Amino acid sequence: MTDFPHTPPRQSWTFSNDVNAEIRRAAATGIYDIRGGGSKRRLPHFDDLLFLGASISRYPLEGYREKCATDVWLGTRHARTPIHLDIPVTIAGMSFGALSGPAKEALGRGATEAGTSTTTGDGGMTEEERGHSRTLVYQYLPSRYGMNPDDLRRADAIEIVVGQGAKPGGGGMLLGQKISDRVAAMRNLPKGIDQRSACRHPDWTGPDDLEIKILELREITDWDKPIYVKIGGARPYYDTALAVKAGADVVVLDGMQGGTAATQDVFIENVGMPILACIPQAVKALQDLGMHREVQLIVSGGIRSGADVAKALALGADAVAIGTAALIALGDNDPALEAEYNKLGTTAGAYDDWHEGRDPAGITTQDPALYGRFDPVLGGRRLKNYLKVMTLEAQTIARACGKSHLHNLEPEDLCALTLEAAAMAGVPLAGTNWIPGRNGF
Amino acid sequence: MQVFDLEAQGLRALNATLHGLSGQTNETAWEIVNPRGSHAIAVGVDAPVDITVRGSTGYYCAGMNKQATIRVKGSAGPGVAENMMSGTVIIDGDASQYAGATGRGGLLVIKGNASSRCGISMKGIDIVVHGNIGHMSAFMAQSGSLVVLGNAGEALGDSLYEARLFVRGSVKSLGADCIEKEMRPEHLLLLADLLKRGEADHLAKPGEFRRYGSARKLYTFNIDNAAAY
Ligand SMILES: Cc1cc2nc3c(=O)[nH]c(=O)nc-3n(C[C@H](O)[C@H](O)[C@H](O)COP(=O)(O)O)c2cc1C
Repeated sequence: MTDFPHTPPRQSWTFSNDVNAEIRRAAATGIYDIRGGGSKRRLPHFDDLLFLGASISRYPLEGYREKCATDVWLGTRHARTPIHLDIPVTIAGMSFGALSGPAKEALGRGATEAGTSTTTGDGGMTEEERGHSRTLVYQYLPSRYGMNPDDLRRADAIEIVVGQGAKPGGGGMLLGQKISDRVAAMRNLPKGIDQRSACRHPDWTGPDDLEIKILELREITDWDKPIYVKIGGARPYYDTALAVKAGADVVVLDGMQGGTAATQDVFIENVGMPILACIPQAVKALQDLGMHREVQLIVSGGIRSGADVAKALALGADAVAIGTAALIALGDNDPALEAEYNKLGTTAGAYDDWHEGRDPAGITTQDPALYGRFDPVLGGRRLKNYLKVMTLEAQTIARACGKSHLHNLEPEDLCALTLEAAAMAGVPLAGTNWIPGRNGF
Repeated sequence: MQVFDLEAQGLRALNATLHGLSGQTNETAWEIVNPRGSHAIAVGVDAPVDITVRGSTGYYCAGMNKQATIRVKGSAGPGVAENMMSGTVIIDGDASQYAGATGRGGLLVIKGNASSRCGISMKGIDIVVHGNIGHMSAFMAQSGSLVVLGNAGEALGDSLYEARLFVRGSVKSLGADCIEKEMRPEHLLLLADLLKRGEADHLAKPGEFRRYGSARKLYTFNIDNAAAY
């Protein structure tokens, strides 16, 4: 037989090893994959934008000498007591239930030391976070777990959650493993069962009802607290406009990279838009209504560094929120725990089965033996350090662009590395004056 | 009796005044006149006072009530007594959608009919409806009791948790995971008490009701139940 050259084995792009593994997993278990975290695919993101810096026509500010302010006011539209934060990086809502009590305490400690706010989540307000947070935002969610007027009044702001970037249109699921006695009591449900969180609010539907719901919450709290409306990155132009019309003081916009405690992987990876595509639309809606800076915009979804903060602000946001990055700062997915991640069949950096409650870092668990390992004081210090670094980084960039306040950053300070990012962010492709979609091109 | 003219004095003044009341107040009887279907009447009250609303109300009347007894001498719009914590709310007329939604305690009495989603996501409140209730009532209801002297609409108790449902008339259909359950002596006692407190003991006897509750089959996710979701 003639020995013809063989075609080398060729893997399919469409049916990659990862895809095939998921097909086999689905076939073996009969259940979709549930996990925590945000979208893992590569998406157009802040990495695809660059700052131009100063030049002959724009002069920079002296680092370490000339002031670059970082503070932000939130809720100035209607609230008697708006919120004033030292830095424009806030801690996003993460539920007690998903996170342990000590982790919530650490978030409160770190945020407070850094001069910013933290946020409750599905499952209600805990003493750990109220006690350790100078400024605490109380989420008003479809499940209404633990909702009560006393906590509404001891909050500093109220956030009505319409959607999350990881799952616009989805509810939640806290699996039985994490329903301890305390979590069950706070939610008024039996211990150990899989708890569903509704995807729609039980007592309002649509923008006209939302306006009345906001009125009710304002009346209950005597018009004292700012009211935020949180939306997932689905239709940011219209959702922002409708939230403003309904009376929101602040719009919180979460893109598809945004983390979640537990959702179907298919949902995380296939529903919603990247935050880069969402911000300009939301800003446009605010500008069209004459409400930019009047109603503040907080954006989130994959924010990791001071550069991301500066870019989000340059596109017109007033502040950002971080979830995943805050957890990593606390110690989530730390390579120091590699041996334990290996025992769970994963590796540091990829661990996302937060819903199983077996987190070796003691953050996404309700198991006392595990969360007992987590030191909230140390965690809080780490978070404070990280928030300070992000702020310094954003200031460094802003000074280089000649700005005496982070809010003075503007789209004109940016260019894009890719066509997609140029079109989404509405800034020119680097080296050109081309913004795809503008002026007929 | 303190009389508050809502039309003349405005909503903000009304709720601020009611929030100023504490357990020690001597002004324990209030009458609100000219409600004209306004939203958010007497929300977030936290004092053992008696409030009577002379007329019909809009959305969320008595929302998040604690301690107070609030009577509406008319009908109530959507979300009456939503998230009530304690106290009593009595509606002389009918109630719109989501009556008693997510309520965590206290008693809601509706002397007329209640629309769809009555007792949705209820978390400990007791609701007594003298008339009928609409579709999807007690959806995802977690705890507390819903007593209906008339009939229930479609999909009663869908995705129910531990709430107890008692219906005297017909049930158009039961929602996913909701089943009829045996009426035991303790349920008859509970019903007798609820009928009494719900001003309905002259209208119906506990023995005339049937009891519905959760089959608890959806408590842990199982792919073979997917068709039920
Ligand atoms: C563990 C975890 C729990 C969360 N819980 C909630 C929640 O209860 N309510 C909510 O609105 N968003 C929740 N989120 C989403 C965050 O509020 C936020 O939108 C998101 O984390 C931002 O994106 P990032 O993680 O990329 O920073 C959660 C996120 C994580 C990582």
